[in-house]
Amino acid sequence: MFKHEIIEKNATLLLVGSLFVVSIGGIIEIAPLFYLETTIEKVEGMRPYTPLELKGREIYMREGCYNCHSQMIRPLRDEVERYGHYSLAAESMFDHPFQWGSKRTGPDLARVGGRYSDEWQVDHLKDPKALVPETVMPKYGFLSATNLNYTLIEDTLKTNRIVGVPYTDAQIANAKQDLETQATLDGDELDGFEARYQKASARDFDGNPNAITEMDALVAYLQMLGTLVDFDLYDASANRR
Amino acid sequence: MSIFFIIFLSLTAVSGLIGAAFAVDNIFAFHSWLTVFVSLAFLFWGIKNYSNKPANQKRYLDGVVRYGIIATIIWGIVGFLVGIVIATELAFPEANLFKEMNFGRLRPLHTSAVIFAFCGNALIASSFFVVQRTTGARLALGNLSWFVFWGYQYFILLAATSYVLGSTQAREYAEPEWYIDIWLTIVWVAYLFVFLGTLFKRKEPHIFVANWFYLSFIVTVAMLHVVNNLAVPVSFFGVKSYSLFSGVQDALTQWWYGHNAVGFFLTAAFLGIMYYFVPKRANRPIFSYRLSIVHFWSLIFLYIWAGPHHLLYTALPDWAQTLGMVFSIMLWMPSWGGMINGLMTLQGAWDKIRTDPIIRMFVLSLAFYGMSTFEGPLMAIKEVNSLSHYTDWTIGHVHSAALGWNGMVTFAMIYYIVPKLWGKKEIYSLKWVGWHFWLATIGIVFYISAMWVSGIMQGVMWKSYNAAGFLEYSFAETVAAMFPYYVIRTIGGILFLLGSLLMAYNVYRTIRMTEEEEANIETVAETNMPATNVSATNAAEPVVATTNATKPGS
Repeated sequence: MFKHEIIEKNATLLLVGSLFVVSIGGIIEIAPLFYLETTIEKVEGMRPYTPLELKGREIYMREGCYNCHSQMIRPLRDEVERYGHYSLAAESMFDHPFQWGSKRTGPDLARVGGRYSDEWQVDHLKDPKALVPETVMPKYGFLSATNLNYTLIEDTLKTNRIVGVPYTDAQIANAKQDLETQATLDGDELDGFEARYQKASARDFDGNPNAITEMDALVAYLQMLGTLVDFDLYDASANRR
Repeated sequence: MSIFFIIFLSLTAVSGLIGAAFAVDNIFAFHSWLTVFVSLAFLFWGIKNYSNKPANQKRYLDGVVRYGIIATIIWGIVGFLVGIVIATELAFPEANLFKEMNFGRLRPLHTSAVIFAFCGNALIASSFFVVQRTTGARLALGNLSWFVFWGYQYFILLAATSYVLGSTQAREYAEPEWYIDIWLTIVWVAYLFVFLGTLFKRKEPHIFVANWFYLSFIVTVAMLHVVNNLAVPVSFFGVKSYSLFSGVQDALTQWWYGHNAVGFFLTAAFLGIMYYFVPKRANRPIFSYRLSIVHFWSLIFLYIWAGPHHLLYTALPDWAQTLGMVFSIMLWMPSWGGMINGLMTLQGAWDKIRTDPIIRMFVLSLAFYGMSTFEGPLMAIKEVNSLSHYTDWTIGHVHSAALGWNGMVTFAMIYYIVPKLWGKKEIYSLKWVGWHFWLATIGIVFYISAMWVSGIMQGVMWKSYNAAGFLEYSFAETVAAMFPYYVIRTIGGILFLLGSLLMAYNVYRTIRMTEEEEANIETVAETNMPATNVSATNAAEPVVATTNATKPGS
């Protein structure tokens, strides 16, 4: 009969045994997600973030927005009615890291894109209480006063490509230009930008045409959230998991 | 300080200088300079105190444990204080005074300060204490344990400053960026070496049960930390990195990590504390040797599977959600195995709950452990989770475990260990321990009941429909309804903090106690009972209970 005493008297066995036992669960649960084809649904419309949206996403993470806002609508009646179509795995396939969140001190943001005007978003970020008296959200006016630092934007896109986001050579080469085009609507490069990023909208997001600010980037990111997938073409029954 | 440390510190100072020279952002430059100054300060101190003579090798290396206990108390107070600040911000958003103080930046500071700084220091210090007492050996590898201590404090300093200044991976409980993660990995491997090395040197044939839990905690946290933090930096001279995984795979990896930070940091390792300190304080053998084996292996095996219960009804495939839910429910049993083994250790000494406030704290911590490990599986059921997820109920659950179990068991451990470490017969005031017990308990009750009510209320309000079939409440209305509960929660936190301040003063008075004072302090009367199988009350002797003493049939 097996005697536990053997393990108790051998520190190496105890170490190896523990490590073996704790490895099993993770391997069985996580590893299949990387090769099962059903893990991520087949959808139309997903594309990598534009450089400006990507910078906006960095600000979203830096300010810890995920601490209070989820980006994951569950397939429950009230959530679908409140926030829109339930979130698909495909919609966060380019998110390094994911930002599904775990707490809704504020509402879900998975489909906040296009729900409010740019002016509303800017005003709300500057002084949330002025627009929503019940809110407990901090003020983010300093974003308007801070110029966006995008010196490393090309490296940022390259890094994303290393971890699996399918940025093309053209997207990387034009990263800086595309960022400026999207934030300032600089006419000459607009066609190239729109060809490289479907459904992307170029405009002055923060209402200040003189500078590209962190507010431009964050609002550009918020305004695209949940708008990419074409749900008219989405076949839920074909993607049953 | 040995020559190895001098070389190591020179290397860290030089790498700091290189980092500062090429830094692409301010936070990286700041951390580089910080590394230079800290390395030089330690280097200066080390060279000044350099000696070739072999150090005075006492039986145990306790200096690092003393530092660890002081650090535990200080970080605990910091963590609780930041908790009160962010609780206040939720009740009164005007308290978000400037961007460094905004809720989104301070909340990771609170969770990291409490989990990694307060609990982490308590675990490292107590494990160094326990492993020496239960093996009869001095900590292995010379002064490497001192590197573990100071290296860990430096990790905390880097992490805390980065959140406030605006650098984070935005992964809950894994916020520190890539270079801080690498530093923690180095420190953690050194910790594993010290702990394992001490086990190798042991003079007892058996490895005591508390050490199983500590060892599995150290090795599992290493695995979780490394895998979950895999990332590619944008520049090797900048803070920003992008995680290797994305979306759904990233979500499960993160919650595999996140849930087992709970499972191994806050559960398995704290059971290590329980398995040594409860029997020692109660002067009773551990209730069941067989139960400790069964629940140890089942606990560490099952915990790893429970991560997906953080992702129920999300875009995670259903098969993974179902596995997470089923294993979470199974986890109830080994969790209660630990609680039963701890509580039943008091068999024959139940009167100590009345006479000894430290035992009272241990018992309460086990009761909270049992309660929250019942609540956890309940919330992992999909139907319950559809209501509880995204609400304050989760926050209440976490705090009943963190304040009630981790906090209380750490406080009790501190009250036991401080007199032992500083050579006193008992803590300065047991009466104050009793006060601390009640302040903390009432604080916890305020906190968790407020969060239960607000969490369930908010969940129900989100799901309410009016007679016409429309959603009854706007989101803003549900936020407004939270206000009174956020205030009550803050009051609970303040009571809890007051208790810990009283503890800090009590510890200070104990350390500074004169012989005259010591002669007059109150102690717990030893009750007369047949203390079978327990050979000694001397702290230098291991509790022999788990080996042969309670083996069935022996």
